[in-house]
Amino acid sequence: MSDRPLVAIVVFPGSNDDRDAAWALGSVGAEPALVWHEEPALPASTGAVVLPGGFAYGDYLRTGAIASTAPVMAAVRAFAASGGPVLGICNGFQILCEARLLPGVLRPNRQLEFVCRDARVRVESTNSLFMQRCTVGQELVIPVKHGEGAWYADEGTFVQLAARGQIVLRYEEDVNGSLGNVAGVVNEAGNVMGLMPHPEHAVDPLLGSADGGLLLAALADAAAAHGVAIPA
Amino acid sequence: MRATVLIRPKGGILDPQGEAVGHSLRKLGFDVRTARVGRVVDLELEGDDTESARGEIRRMCEELLANPLIESFEIQVDGS
Repeated sequence: MSDRPLVAIVVFPGSNDDRDAAWALGSVGAEPALVWHEEPALPASTGAVVLPGGFAYGDYLRTGAIASTAPVMAAVRAFAASGGPVLGICNGFQILCEARLLPGVLRPNRQLEFVCRDARVRVESTNSLFMQRCTVGQELVIPVKHGEGAWYADEGTFVQLAARGQIVLRYEEDVNGSLGNVAGVVNEAGNVMGLMPHPEHAVDPLLGSADGGLLLAALADAAAAHGVAIPA
Repeated sequence: MRATVLIRPKGGILDPQGEAVGHSLRKLGFDVRTARVGRVVDLELEGDDTESARGEIRRMCEELLANPLIESFEIQVDGS
């Protein structure tokens, strides 16, 4: 039996994909640990952090804005600064943008309607911890379900991000008015990623797609490399 | 002391909510060219130093109330 790397999943009031993320991460060989948002620290052996989907703090003010100030976020910030892998999914992506750990911001969908369906996304860049099991140009099918998924950054930032390979995933079609059809971005160091599609809902072909498992398995790999594994 | 913060979508930023509101107003027969929708935050603060309150509220806007990528803010502090 191999050792299982510990992935901390932050639970905010209003998170609702935390247990799906835990189950999916378990299925790709990680040891998930749910961490309450008021915790001042992450578990000592944390190898990666996931900010899950949901509606943290009711998404009051702006989506992710209040959650970005939660006590645990100081620990997440420090973990990211030390090179630790951090993945934000949907609401987690919104939180990472509001925390300025990722560039840009998520705005209400252009059509002002909640979108909930499978989305086809294209891998644009593999220069990050999260895309090590994918190839550039690969098409993934991963579901989206959000009302505020239109990613925006100013033109200069967008051009710079694209040049540096920080635009990681793009929708194959206009899903929500996102600038450049961006579905996922990484920070400059390549250890913090956010995406609107839900990889934790796409880890079994029986449920339509296992493509999300590629991202989560890469996250588990990165967690094993960064943290101290839990003996199985 | 009371203060009000007005938060607006920056010019040039797509405002789908404003567009929907403008569309509805036109459907009601109003001659509206554009509508933009922002947010109002009313604050009640300790103390009566309006200048320091203004600085404090500016920090509130920068740290939480507004996202400078997409929003501008205007601070109004009541005189007394």
